[in-house]
Amino acid sequence: MAANPQSLEGEATAAFELKAAGFTLPIFRLLGGDMEAVANQLSAKVGQAPDFFRNTPIVIDLSDFADGEVEFPLLVGLLRGYGMIPFGVRGGSKAQHAAAETMELAVLGESYSTRGPRPAAREQADDPEGATDEPRPSMLVARPVRSGQRHYAACGDLSVVGAVSSGAELMADGNIHVYGPLRGRAMAGVNGDLAARIFCQDLQAELVAIAGHYRVSENIPAELQGVPVQIFLDQKILRIEKL
Amino acid sequence: MARIIVITSGKGGVGKTTTAAALAMGLAQRGKRTAVVDFDVGLRNLDLIMGCERRVVYDFVNVIKQEATLNQALIRDKRCDHLYILPASQTRDKDALAKEEVGRVLEELSDGFDFVVCDSPAGIEHGATMAMYYADDAIVVTNPEVSSVRDSDRMLGILSSKSRRAENGQEPIREHLLLTRYDPRRVDNGDMLSVEDVQEILSLTLLGVIPESKAVLSASNAGIPVILDRESDAGQAYFDTVSRYLGEDIPHRFLEAERKGFLSRLFKG
Repeated sequence: MAANPQSLEGEATAAFELKAAGFTLPIFRLLGGDMEAVANQLSAKVGQAPDFFRNTPIVIDLSDFADGEVEFPLLVGLLRGYGMIPFGVRGGSKAQHAAAETMELAVLGESYSTRGPRPAAREQADDPEGATDEPRPSMLVARPVRSGQRHYAACGDLSVVGAVSSGAELMADGNIHVYGPLRGRAMAGVNGDLAARIFCQDLQAELVAIAGHYRVSENIPAELQGVPVQIFLDQKILRIEKL
Repeated sequence: MARIIVITSGKGGVGKTTTAAALAMGLAQRGKRTAVVDFDVGLRNLDLIMGCERRVVYDFVNVIKQEATLNQALIRDKRCDHLYILPASQTRDKDALAKEEVGRVLEELSDGFDFVVCDSPAGIEHGATMAMYYADDAIVVTNPEVSSVRDSDRMLGILSSKSRRAENGQEPIREHLLLTRYDPRRVDNGDMLSVEDVQEILSLTLLGVIPESKAVLSASNAGIPVILDRESDAGQAYFDTVSRYLGEDIPHRFLEAERKGFLSRLFKG
């Protein structure tokens, strides 16, 4: 392929680049030190969906078991045995971190364990250089979403300009906006954000859900179909309201 | 360089092969050098519809495997000098279509023709994705019923993500909607989706509407592309479709049910 543009300017040729990127990863939250109990629960859980866990990177969360002693070799062996790839820990005590490091597990900083919306604005003010590598908090799809297509906006909002066909799927950790008929499925707040909302111009959806509270097309009243609406949770009850 | 057109749908039995044969013949009759390629390896039909089934020596898979040259495999149509047919193999399966090799054959065809029409198999598996991968234009053949419309929608999604143009970040495939087996009387009765319904769901430009017609079946059985039957409504609708594809602005016909006059009702019962 073409030469690195930097080398043309007389600078050293770069062999790699360092960049920051954000990932959504499953968390394994350890609640006790009994590895036998962990083994039993894991085998039941993985048995339900063995493919789902195969080669899944996983973070061990120690914040609910910070005062105990963790048998890392056993735990890591168990997780690996079920096909997962444990690569780091978060939360927990200094002693636990030391034990984790002997197993070559990374200790993830506190910023990773803060729950709730990302404090992006503040971080950017503190660290203007890092801000350029921040993952984009929202996602825009400017063409029709066809049957069988899926779009997932991790850590943010998803906006679609165009129709969302029946059999298509929208997911977002934040809100979902659809400027066109919504005939497929829309799931907002999939990471558990109860404040997430769905806005659409023309509701004909097969299913709408916020933070796991869902409603299928059959249970959406006819007067709310085909009109602009917003969908949100009120005391954990899914409400659909005309706009 | 030829323009590569894929005739696709997702669902089977909607009229892809009929359309491929009619479109290819229509283009060739207007002096465009046209090749029509059957991608339905294992279930070939195009040769029957084109009426050249008794002249097949080599096929697409032979060319892919370099067992024959393109010139040996192409069958020249007896009715039109500008039209050539590349039949599918009936004895292999679709895995014989390797992406690079298909690309090589299409590129070779591109050099000698103005249009290459690819008749896609049904489904969204390997054969169908190979037929659309190198396309410049897609004609999505849809019947006015919900399952066909949904399958077409799915196919459109695949067209926009898994084609060469999409993978290279080039200008996307031009997508056209062709509605076939349209029966205005059943639309009036509410048994069938209307043109407007289908267009609203798929949000695509309408290339043509082919009415349900007995001429299609008899033409298929006779091995004559229905576009050659200029007496029939389906033949005329395909003729208009070809004109529209070539950029002419022609109003759509056969969208309204024929109003039977008092006398004809009286005499025909």
